[in-house]
Amino acid sequence: MKRDFPALRSLRRDLKRDWQMYLFLILPVIYIIIFAYVPMAGLQIAFRKYSARLGIWGSKWVGLANFEKFVKSYYFGTTLKNTLRLSVYSIVFGFPLPILMALLLNCIKSERYRGIAQTITTLPHFISVVVLVGIMFQLFNARYGLYGVVMRGVFGVIPDDPFATASNFPHFYIWSGIWQATGWNAIVYVAALSAVDPSLHEAAVVEGASRFQRVMHVDLPAILPTVVIMLILRMGSVMSIGFEKAYLMQNSVNLSYSEVISTYVYKQGLESSNADFSYATAIGLFNSIVNLVMISLTNFISGRLTSSSLW
Amino acid sequence: MMKTRRKHHPIRDTLGDRLFYAGCYLITALFMLAVLYPLVYILSASFSSAEAITSGRMWLYPVDFSLVGYKYILKYDAIWLGYRNTLLYTFAGTLINVAMTMTCAYGLSRRGMLGRRFFTMIFTFTMIFSGGMIPNYLLMKDLRLLNTVWCMLLPGAISAYNLIVAKTFIENSIPGDLLEAARIDGCSDVRFFFSIVLPLSKAILAVLLLMYAAAHWNAYFNAFLYLTDKKLYPLQIFLRQILVQSNMSADMLDPEAMAQMQTLQQILKYAVIVVSTAPMLCLYPFVQKYFRQGVMIGSIKG
Repeated sequence: MKRDFPALRSLRRDLKRDWQMYLFLILPVIYIIIFAYVPMAGLQIAFRKYSARLGIWGSKWVGLANFEKFVKSYYFGTTLKNTLRLSVYSIVFGFPLPILMALLLNCIKSERYRGIAQTITTLPHFISVVVLVGIMFQLFNARYGLYGVVMRGVFGVIPDDPFATASNFPHFYIWSGIWQATGWNAIVYVAALSAVDPSLHEAAVVEGASRFQRVMHVDLPAILPTVVIMLILRMGSVMSIGFEKAYLMQNSVNLSYSEVISTYVYKQGLESSNADFSYATAIGLFNSIVNLVMISLTNFISGRLTSSSLW
Repeated sequence: MMKTRRKHHPIRDTLGDRLFYAGCYLITALFMLAVLYPLVYILSASFSSAEAITSGRMWLYPVDFSLVGYKYILKYDAIWLGYRNTLLYTFAGTLINVAMTMTCAYGLSRRGMLGRRFFTMIFTFTMIFSGGMIPNYLLMKDLRLLNTVWCMLLPGAISAYNLIVAKTFIENSIPGDLLEAARIDGCSDVRFFFSIVLPLSKAILAVLLLMYAAAHWNAYFNAFLYLTDKKLYPLQIFLRQILVQSNMSADMLDPEAMAQMQTLQQILKYAVIVVSTAPMLCLYPFVQKYFRQGVMIGSIKG
């Protein structure tokens, strides 16, 4: 006896209509499972004592031992502090600047000038981290670089190597990042500003608002949702100070400021001669979970306060 | 001329407004200067003599014009090997990236398709959570991809962010009527992709090409973790040795050069920065016009 389910019938009809669309998805889905979700399953070694012989799925469970080891270790405090220092520093200065930049660019009347300004300021985005750090080392070289030349010209003596002072590390790290990313990060706000309804501006002009007042009461509110979304995303990476730049900029004297969680993970997991995969994975997982909590929290708060949220 | 006249405001700007505009021009100009000056300095330094740089005579344009840095680059085998490898990775990698991202974005763009939200979720989740360094390393090891070309091409083949931008672009820029009309004419979804969606997506293709190509050109992390075979090293790894570690081994330079190493190193570094970075910086302005279009349409939804 054949029974008829309308839901099933429409399901079959949908599948029949769209089956080719699934063809497009097969390869990408297989890909993402292998290259993103299999490593996520691999995170379980954070709770095991990994041995190459027994593999990810066969090694012995040790519960939270690896996490405990990290929290109790000397490096927990320093790496956490260094990571948060860079992160907070970069949010405080690096986050508002692109918004300011976009607001300024939006006030420029000459389209040509605006175009040139945007092209120039986005250029550094395409410089690799390695070259960025290389440029910094070159320009601030106390003997041969621009810094050395200027200081010698002014004070008549060769200055101290600025990279030999540990507390300079955060400044170099953050301001080189701002130099590189401000123009690029402004693009999304510039795009949002160009979508502002011109009649709002016209109405404000009729009311006698100055250009500055229009920035504060028309432009800024218009891009606020974008700002909130970008802030949520930014908060989600509050603990991910990227490995690459910090590692490249590290030297033997600045470790007290430059050893961040990601570089510590690398050293524990891959660089050291008795590498401990489980321990390093536990540290990485701790880091990711804090990020996940931060992004969810900011998302929740912004969902309550404003209407913008990610999900 | 016409354009400026039409834009002319009937009401003259007040003094305050004019001052405000002047401030905007000034600050943006200063920022441009701050971005541009280091780049110009490096470019000029690479064409100057070491003496002119250290004495401070060179500060804007090349002084004591010389090509000595570039001359040594020509003899520097490691740079050419790196250049060749990076070109290969950039070309093949970008091809894989764009093909995967566009097919996937199209697959996720059909409204009313069953499981569309779920599949989209699978990809967007990777934006906020990942396995991290060690599990990824173990994956590459288990797949036997360490020290192969593939470990430079496969990880990150689909960037979730670019995927969302491409998906939003397709959703918003391909009119629904077009799909209806194509269906009535018996056009399949596969054919619709190749003969309608792709030709209409030039702006987003340009954006993807540039984003992915730049990522490959500048990639250093994967090579650093997964490659130990020097023959496979991309340019960035050699750049790290030269620029960051100041490690130019004797076999890379001839003995005559070793003598004047210290000063030569400086020039060589400036030249290396120029040679490695110029291709991307020169490419960008040409692709930029598509950028606004592509990124804007793609990111409307935030």
